[in-house]
Amino acid sequence: MTTKDRIELDRVTIRFAGDSGDGMQLTGSQFTNTSAIVGNDLTTLPDFPAEIRSPVGILPGVSTGVSSFQVQIGEIDVYTPGDEPDVLVAMNPAALKVNLEVMPKGATLILDLSSFTIRNLDKAGYKSNPLTDGSLDAYHLIQAEITKLTLNALEQLDLEAPDKTRCKNFFALGMMYWMYNRPLELSTGWIERKFAHTPLLAEANKLALSAGYHYAQTADLMPSTFEVRPAQLEPGFYRSVSGNQALALGLITAAKQADLPLFLGTYPITPASDILHELSKYKEYGVISFQAEDEIAAVCAALGASYGGSLAITSTSGPGMSLKSEALSLAIKTELPLILIDVQRAGPSTGIPTKTEQSDLLQALYGRHGESPICVLACSRPTDCFDVALEAAQIAVQFMTPVIVLSDGYIANGTGSWKIPDPDQLKPIIVRRPTDPEAFKPYARDEATLGRSWAIPGMAGFEHRIGGLESQNETGNISYDPLNHELMSQLRADKIQRIAEFVPEQAVLGPESGKLLVISWGGTYGSVYSAVTQAQGEGLSVAHAHLRHLNPLPRNLGELITRYQQVLVPELNFGQLAKVLNIHYGTQVKTLNKLQGQPFKIREIRDGIDAALASLPLEALDV
Amino acid sequence: MSDTPILSKKDFASEQDARWCPGCGDDAILNAVEAVMPTLGIPKEKIVFVSGIGCSSRFPYYMASYGFHTIHGRAAAIATGLKISNPDLSVWMISGDGDALSIGGNHFIHAIRRNIDIKLLLFNNEIYGLTKSQYSPTSPSGQVTKSTPYGSLDRSFSAASLSIGAEATFFARAVDTEPKYLQSILQRAAAHQGTAIVEVLQNCVIFNDGAHKWTTDRASRSENQLRLEHGKPMIFGDTVKQGIRLNGITPEVVTLGENGITEGDILVHDEKASEPTLAYFLSRMRAPDFPTPLGVFRAVEAPTYDQQIHQQLEDIKVKKGDGQLRKLFFSGDTWEVKASAENQNEALSAGGNHD
Ligand code: SF4
Repeated sequence: MTTKDRIELDRVTIRFAGDSGDGMQLTGSQFTNTSAIVGNDLTTLPDFPAEIRSPVGILPGVSTGVSSFQVQIGEIDVYTPGDEPDVLVAMNPAALKVNLEVMPKGATLILDLSSFTIRNLDKAGYKSNPLTDGSLDAYHLIQAEITKLTLNALEQLDLEAPDKTRCKNFFALGMMYWMYNRPLELSTGWIERKFAHTPLLAEANKLALSAGYHYAQTADLMPSTFEVRPAQLEPGFYRSVSGNQALALGLITAAKQADLPLFLGTYPITPASDILHELSKYKEYGVISFQAEDEIAAVCAALGASYGGSLAITSTSGPGMSLKSEALSLAIKTELPLILIDVQRAGPSTGIPTKTEQSDLLQALYGRHGESPICVLACSRPTDCFDVALEAAQIAVQFMTPVIVLSDGYIANGTGSWKIPDPDQLKPIIVRRPTDPEAFKPYARDEATLGRSWAIPGMAGFEHRIGGLESQNETGNISYDPLNHELMSQLRADKIQRIAEFVPEQAVLGPESGKLLVISWGGTYGSVYSAVTQAQGEGLSVAHAHLRHLNPLPRNLGELITRYQQVLVPELNFGQLAKVLNIHYGTQVKTLNKLQGQPFKIREIRDGIDAALASLPLEALDV
Repeated sequence: MSDTPILSKKDFASEQDARWCPGCGDDAILNAVEAVMPTLGIPKEKIVFVSGIGCSSRFPYYMASYGFHTIHGRAAAIATGLKISNPDLSVWMISGDGDALSIGGNHFIHAIRRNIDIKLLLFNNEIYGLTKSQYSPTSPSGQVTKSTPYGSLDRSFSAASLSIGAEATFFARAVDTEPKYLQSILQRAAAHQGTAIVEVLQNCVIFNDGAHKWTTDRASRSENQLRLEHGKPMIFGDTVKQGIRLNGITPEVVTLGENGITEGDILVHDEKASEPTLAYFLSRMRAPDFPTPLGVFRAVEAPTYDQQIHQQLEDIKVKKGDGQLRKLFFSGDTWEVKASAENQNEALSAGGNHD
């Protein structure tokens, strides 16, 4: 055994890349989970093609075939998956070629030498071998015959060669575990559970993992190993959750807190399907997950369940939300609680379904017929999804309204360390049921919230009819009276505005007034937060407001904006929140937009901040 | 149901007056439904009428039970969600040929496929009435309407063939002009567990008057209707007795007493046949070559979707124990961050109990 230096790091960013069938998502998430459990804070960026098993080694861009998983682990405030990886694990030439452009000079490249055949180089479009032509001189290269060594390690096992080859990702993972001083036990435990019914495959993967670990230890490949210190997290119990998982947990919790059955009506769509997969597991919690025949049936079934007294959810992505919009308007008109989750992806149309974007905001706010205001909330990071789900349920039930929750592909598939709440400390969600049949009127309202009361079929004495036709105020009888229609439209609008009085004022990170306020929403939280704190650290006059409430907007936001000379709104769209702010507050905000299916890098936001500050008129010199 | 108050027809009429055109078949159907409701022994608060859009879909407003007038074509999906969320309810869906078979065709077949326990009354007037005369998917080819001044080119659907093709566990047909018979069919539908489709041949007096005249006309109806009865030969006609015989795999109309044909040659109706073949034969019989079959085409027992969903929930609760939030939160790999200076972490359950 060789002794190596052990270098302490406060953070590191690693990217695993290979073909979509190479198991890179798995390798990355195994590394992530183990890192979480040894105490690192982290943020992940899974990035995979829409194809399930695209042809091996074909260049993307061509580059659709390469799948990658990036994770930043660290000691403090890891809010993004890292701008530039410090280490790339590339399982073949195509994975190298596609990912090299994001690798800074001096970074470490760990390559599977076995895959650098003439054929693979050719398919990846390499004219000469990058391993020998000097083009990688600026990097620290670690070349290992990962595939061959995996096959050697599994020689004794009675398995076909392709099955053995498939274990190479665990060999690579083993190497990384040694390099970053991580224990193997968590992954071996996972392998045992995963392959409980195929012990031979379990054996093979475990062997590959430990072979990789020991190979890295003995072969003199790495000059040093690294120690990433544990994060200073708040004391408590933790687990890692993806955004979609956290939404599912939040919804189950909300239903318990409201003492309502939980009903999910949905239709498979990337990247929202995991919400269905998650909720389908929890039948012992009374969760009903209904995979409908289409998106419209999904929302309609949810609305039917809501009418029947369930906490009803429908989950989808942008194209699905378009299909659901007619039913949303019925939910608005009949004032029934409903949560629509839109896990946004790059559009329009099928777009790039596995890549992230924030381009459904205007659809969420305005994409319906008639005057149909709706409450819209957005999640900021995977762990935030839990809290947003709870709040959405609270609002839906209290105000008797549908609520749209915007997530995105980046949040949905990313993971974070979630501090497990104490179930006993969670607030109950109060459902208002009418009690006096004599006095009951379907559209009579609570004075504070303007929400109507929720009488459900089965309650004797409260039989009533609701529907899409305009209702007479209070009685709910069909009414074509023009003034009544205007009154009801106004009441529906006022009710949504009322929500702002019940949610906290918008908080600001940084100076209470100054030169620049950066306003963000949704999944850009981490990059914006990091860029703003970085700028603040350099003494710049920048503050950050991250919005969860997109409709109604926070009641103090208009006033807040006036305290800064300039507002910058970075978004993964062409300026949708910016438009909304300009309309609401008569501002002329600066925009920073990106539409590449990828989250913002901290650097990009920081450049935007610097540019915005530079564009301000020079202040009069103090004399 | 001893504590269920005895209800009368009147108890099911809401305070809103029906506003269909005078003479519309919908009134007769409403009447029949109001008459049947008190006979079912179901408390009023457990009955829900869900409808889509169209003339017929105004129906829920006229019933004094719970009611939900929804979206064009989507009533089946909404009723499905409602019934799943509360299987205790008696859910009745009201729809028309345009609503259920055109814009709502997908939900219609999938409700049937799942065998969700809803009673679906399909008012088939072979026209769009509320939008003032356009042809529907059940309008015969060549129909002249406002949207087809030179005659429609579309081939028409048979609601029965579509339902049986989707393996409806219950399909029946009745006419709006014979209230007692309609009531008996509605009672059969109510008793069925699963998706029960009742196609009512309904007259739109304004835009498609007489569309079903061939079947409903008093003078000729005994010749033109085939009243299905389980276990009975398919015989019709008052003066001349005719019957349905299978010739190879093709049904044909034969006259009893002619060419030595006796009752023994006539097809016997079997609504309980496990294969839907016979019901499908019936669905293909149309004027003028065949009498219009009325009555229960098919009524077979099968598990309902709503029962199965709740059974699965119960089974898993028994297996895994009632879900508690603490258990939920701590499923999967969890670890503790201690308050100590070293910040030593401890993996709690590095073998999740929930994969
Ligand atoms: S248009 Fe036809 S179907 Fe509609 S109410 Fe009038 S008669 Fe009845």
